[in-house]
Amino acid sequence: MSESAADPRPTALRDVHERAGASLVDFAGWLMPLRYGSETAEHKAVREAAGLFDLSHMGEIRLTGPQAAAALDHAVVGHMSKVRTGRARYTMLTDDKGGVLDDLIVYRLGEEEFLVVSNAANTAVVAATLAERAAGFDTEVRDESAEHALLALQGPRAAEILAPLTDTDLDGIGYYSGHECTVAGHPVLLARTGYTGEDGFEIFLRPAEAAPALWEALMAAGDPHGLVPVGLAARDTLRLEAGMPLYGQELTSDLTPFDAGLGRVVKFDKEGGFVGRDALEEAARTARPRRLIGLLARGRRPLRRGQDVLRDGEVVGTITSGAPSPTLGRPIAMAYVDGELDTATGAFSVDVRGRSEDVDVVELPFYKRQS
Amino acid sequence: MSVPTELGYTAEHEWVSVEDGVATVGVTAFAAESLGDIVYVEAPQAGTEVTSGQPCGEIESTKSVSDLYSPVTGEVVEVNEVLESAPETINSDPYGLGWLFRVRVSGEPSGLLSAQEYTKLTEGED
Repeated sequence: MSESAADPRPTALRDVHERAGASLVDFAGWLMPLRYGSETAEHKAVREAAGLFDLSHMGEIRLTGPQAAAALDHAVVGHMSKVRTGRARYTMLTDDKGGVLDDLIVYRLGEEEFLVVSNAANTAVVAATLAERAAGFDTEVRDESAEHALLALQGPRAAEILAPLTDTDLDGIGYYSGHECTVAGHPVLLARTGYTGEDGFEIFLRPAEAAPALWEALMAAGDPHGLVPVGLAARDTLRLEAGMPLYGQELTSDLTPFDAGLGRVVKFDKEGGFVGRDALEEAARTARPRRLIGLLARGRRPLRRGQDVLRDGEVVGTITSGAPSPTLGRPIAMAYVDGELDTATGAFSVDVRGRSEDVDVVELPFYKRQS
Repeated sequence: MSVPTELGYTAEHEWVSVEDGVATVGVTAFAAESLGDIVYVEAPQAGTEVTSGQPCGEIESTKSVSDLYSPVTGEVVEVNEVLESAPETINSDPYGLGWLFRVRVSGEPSGLLSAQEYTKLTEGED
């Protein structure tokens, strides 16, 4: 039997999800909540109040030791030795051709300690690749994914809900920062990060078995503020509205970070070489073969991944992610088009199973919160 | 989940109610619940002929596209216009305001499942 045919692995919150009426689906080998009721209502709750997500499928890989920073500088495209303790950085792991193996968030927990957060489907590859690339450095690489639960509390009311439950001053945790503290009595890594386009927190908890108690405490505190549990269906539309890439769709091993319009994460000005450097320098010099654009449909028919994008009737690209946008009330999509394409003129459309749907090219992101 | 006893059903999760030779067609609560939020419906237009068991349109949820199959044979006489601007009506009232289209049937519809038979079918799928 192949690995993918095995029963999906439940998170520590499976019973909690079932009691809440979740539809559970196999996602990257994990049994995850797709939605609890209406995914559109869950999406809107995150935009207007707050939502609680179980993200325990994501990977957590810890690097410790005197050369942990140097090992990461060598292994990923970002400048990790420059990250200050308590801060987080979005970065990517590429192969030696510059192709993206995963996009990551790296937290610096101390002078000699980092936590790397990977996508569920890529955790095994990320852990193995980091271990291999760190071999010549004085650092230990440990895949701690199985020990961790990860909860995300996202939305404009998130800070208000969390404040009475924690011993830390949330005003002291800026965007892309992470601190060790307690939430509802549980020692956690509390980070101000997310994948929704809203203010919010990600809470890394060990052991994972403590997750149901923490979940219930957050739900109880959030109830008067309109907090609802949110599944992966709404997570996908939230990140799409926020113009955030998803590995496997906007990012693949066939693309460099420059192809994805995310070349800014590649730091050439760090000491020593890093894996993929030569290929990425080349990619940075040459014109990008593709560019990621936003599309907003004029009609109501949803745009979907894989559909052709046309300009004046000629195919110029492909949709990587598409869905009806609950916030805009119309279908939206991200698509790769030829890097040189003039998107300011011409009539754009999408081939939806043989029928042409008119779309407009719009700026990404589709949604930006009022700050 | 409630399955109204007075309706006929298909294995493709449609319901049918025939009155004076006109069949009203919709999708079941089980189908609506499995699909998630319905965001777009492409029903056959009035005046077109539909054939029992044949695809006649599409129903789209946030995550998926499914074919609609006609449970009866005949001419489409009316389409539920509410669904154009409010397709989510199918989720909120699948057996009532969320009906899809009406067909003047040629002959008696055949091969429909009873509520009991349909319930048994969905229990196998759930």
